[in-house]
Amino acid sequence: MTRYLLRRTAILIGSLFAAAVVLFVLLRLLPGDPANALLPVGATPEQIEAAQRELGTDAPLLSQFLTWLGHVFTLDLGNSLISTLPVGEEIAARLPVTIPLTLAAFALAVLIAVPVGALAAARADRWYGPVINAVAQLGIAVPAFWVGLLLITVFALQLGVLPAGGFPPDGWADPAAAIEALVLPVVTVALVMSASLIRYVRSATLDVLGADYLRTARALGATPAQAMWRHGLRNAAVPVIAVLAMELATTFLGAVVVESVFALPGLGSMLVRGISQHDYPVIQGVMLVSTATVLVVGFLGDLAQRLVDPRLLHRAAS
Amino acid sequence: MTLLSVDRLSVTDRAGHVLVDDVSFRVAAGDRTGLIGESGSGKSLTALAVLGLLPRGLTATGSVSLDGADMIRAPRGHGDVAAVVFQEPLTALDPLMTAGRQIAGPIRRFRALRGDALRDAVREALDAVRLTDTDRIARSYPHQLSGGQRQRVAIAMAIACRPRLLIADEPTTALDVTVQAEILDLLDRIVTENDTALLFITHDLPVAARVVRDTHVLQSGRVVESGPITSLVTAPQHPYTRTLVESARRFDAALERTGRD
Amino acid sequence: MSRRRFLHLAVGLTLVLVVAGAVVLSYFWLPFAPDDTSGGRLAPPGGDHLLGTDKLGRDLFTQLLIGGRIAIGTALGAAALGGVLGVTFGLLAGFATRWLDDAAAVLLDILIAFPTLLLAMLIVAGAGASLGTAVVAIGLAMAAVVARLTRVLVKQILARDYITAARVAGISWPGIVVSHVLPNIAPTVLVNLALQAGLAVLAEASLSYLGLGTPPPNASWGRMLYEAQATVLTAPAGALAPGIALLVLVIGVNLTADGLRDVLSVKGSR
Repeated sequence: MTRYLLRRTAILIGSLFAAAVVLFVLLRLLPGDPANALLPVGATPEQIEAAQRELGTDAPLLSQFLTWLGHVFTLDLGNSLISTLPVGEEIAARLPVTIPLTLAAFALAVLIAVPVGALAAARADRWYGPVINAVAQLGIAVPAFWVGLLLITVFALQLGVLPAGGFPPDGWADPAAAIEALVLPVVTVALVMSASLIRYVRSATLDVLGADYLRTARALGATPAQAMWRHGLRNAAVPVIAVLAMELATTFLGAVVVESVFALPGLGSMLVRGISQHDYPVIQGVMLVSTATVLVVGFLGDLAQRLVDPRLLHRAAS
Repeated sequence: MTLLSVDRLSVTDRAGHVLVDDVSFRVAAGDRTGLIGESGSGKSLTALAVLGLLPRGLTATGSVSLDGADMIRAPRGHGDVAAVVFQEPLTALDPLMTAGRQIAGPIRRFRALRGDALRDAVREALDAVRLTDTDRIARSYPHQLSGGQRQRVAIAMAIACRPRLLIADEPTTALDVTVQAEILDLLDRIVTENDTALLFITHDLPVAARVVRDTHVLQSGRVVESGPITSLVTAPQHPYTRTLVESARRFDAALERTGRD
Repeated sequence: MSRRRFLHLAVGLTLVLVVAGAVVLSYFWLPFAPDDTSGGRLAPPGGDHLLGTDKLGRDLFTQLLIGGRIAIGTALGAAALGGVLGVTFGLLAGFATRWLDDAAAVLLDILIAFPTLLLAMLIVAGAGASLGTAVVAIGLAMAAVVARLTRVLVKQILARDYITAARVAGISWPGIVVSHVLPNIAPTVLVNLALQAGLAVLAEASLSYLGLGTPPPNASWGRMLYEAQATVLTAPAGALAPGIALLVLVIGVNLTADGLRDVLSVKGSR
């Protein structure tokens, strides 16, 4: 077990490093010098050179990378080219919007998907089994921002019970207002996520329902409910846990897009703004934080999977 | 006393194919009955019907009476009357549970033991199936055990219910030849010691010959011949039975010839 | 093939062909010129304008058809790019020596850790927002997924007996790839590509919605939805039509992929 942990941690660190390299390369390799983007059209070559020196973009690529890496280790993500404010601080200020949004949406999605998916599998022969499947098909085909738009139209504009967007300026100081602002976004992301989760849960449950060990349990006296409870649940959970980490990453992504629909001051809108303004430190900062989160969550998910399934655990130790 | 009474059992699928056709037989206390037939003969489906575990989509008609209960119309839990050992122990055992916990399940349910008494009973069950190093095996998961060990665990689970009828559906088919003989001996001994009736299902005539007494031969879902195993082997009546016997003898003869040359 | 799957395939293909057909038709005939703003702003459906007009006075139906070009073009372009790049890289990785292959595996895992949209956003960030960049970005993200799948499949196939038999019979490696490896990975890869194509359409729509894809005034369904958001109550057609169009196309693609999976006997989730 310890050997597996060491190896997996090594891979995680390696991945983080590689992600940093990929990020850096992708941004630097592509056309457009940030210095150019900053200055107004028609700037003189001296002005451009001065800007480059200030930004450090005249140094060789490798040293730029090492400098940046050094900064990252000290958690200094640089300053925005546009606002000159520290990127790290702005990210920290926006986390209280994005994190609750992602976690709440994920929790809601799981709460919806697990019973519904299990029901669809257990009642595959009744009418609502295929209906659930069809609705889930619909759910994975629909873009999240459209769902958001529809929800805004109905609940905010027509019925007026919830805000159409925005987040209270003092953040969580007024928890009720903050939660009110997050209800529709959370529901939007959760609905879209639950569609694909329902299909995974349904598939896993179908596999378990047909499994031999359920038959053995029933043959030795257990009722169908007892057999499912004692054996079925855990076995069905294994493949579902395997995808949960990936789904969490996708939930985060859904949150990023949805933030634009609801004008929420989160990481997503920061990233979008940064991209349209060619604000490289902002882009790098947010991407780095997002990627690191996704990788760490993936690592934890892998660990959880191994803990739940003894077959993987023993294979990992070998 | 009749434990199991199967009368004119027929099983059809949704498309109308008849998989089990008008099968009747009885198993009384202490009997050793064999159902012999090749794949597709309907023998496993018959066993499932007896247990009330037919897969969805199949319908059964006729009557199956297990210890008085109508297993077709009102199947009830029955581990204490009839328990089963299936063919493939790797999939028949829960992959996420240790052997000890799986055996403890039926013991807890049928003998209401807890704590230390339960642990002892599990150890006893593992001993009864001739497994050594019982502590390690109780703590092991199915994928950590060999095929023979897994099947012994499955047998331990079945007899832990103290059933009056043990149904074994091709219990040795998935095992290595050397292990097959051991498991058959084990089954023979357990059934004798506990005075349990045995319904043994197999496609392999010589295997059946080691453990059963009276036999029913199935072909394409119907019983084509019944009788004591000795008469079936020495004087088979139905052409299909004759083919089964001859094929078995051919292997035997080949073995003998090889020994001689 | 089970009846249900045949239904999936039939319905899916019908939906896709309807959209594709409309798009092809649009190259020969459009109800109005794309930049014709004579219709009056935000006119309701009716009369000359089947679905009404947008906020610039352009016919909504025309814009929808043009947006369809982008949606289908993205699906095809990204799928083609992702397929060719992904399979090539996956093949090379599958045949590579231990070290190279491990390195490739780790690289792919990292790339896949970036959700497709994020990766696409990153590429667009550097290269500037345009339809071309969006398609390339999405295609590259798809290529990573396809490459990983291909690599795993290739490794499985190389371990099979008929490969050994072919080698013993003296067939060269390129010959084995063409006659054994490719035909065996084709079904799974195709189904995967079909599913990815649906995701590509959604990704392009999201990018355009965020302003990171097709720039205005070109009509991408995502962009149209963004612009219709402000007037959703007064002119709902503008917000409903592109959304429904997206829904129809993506469901069609997904159902087709499902049906294909069954036709080609590919194992996977139900």
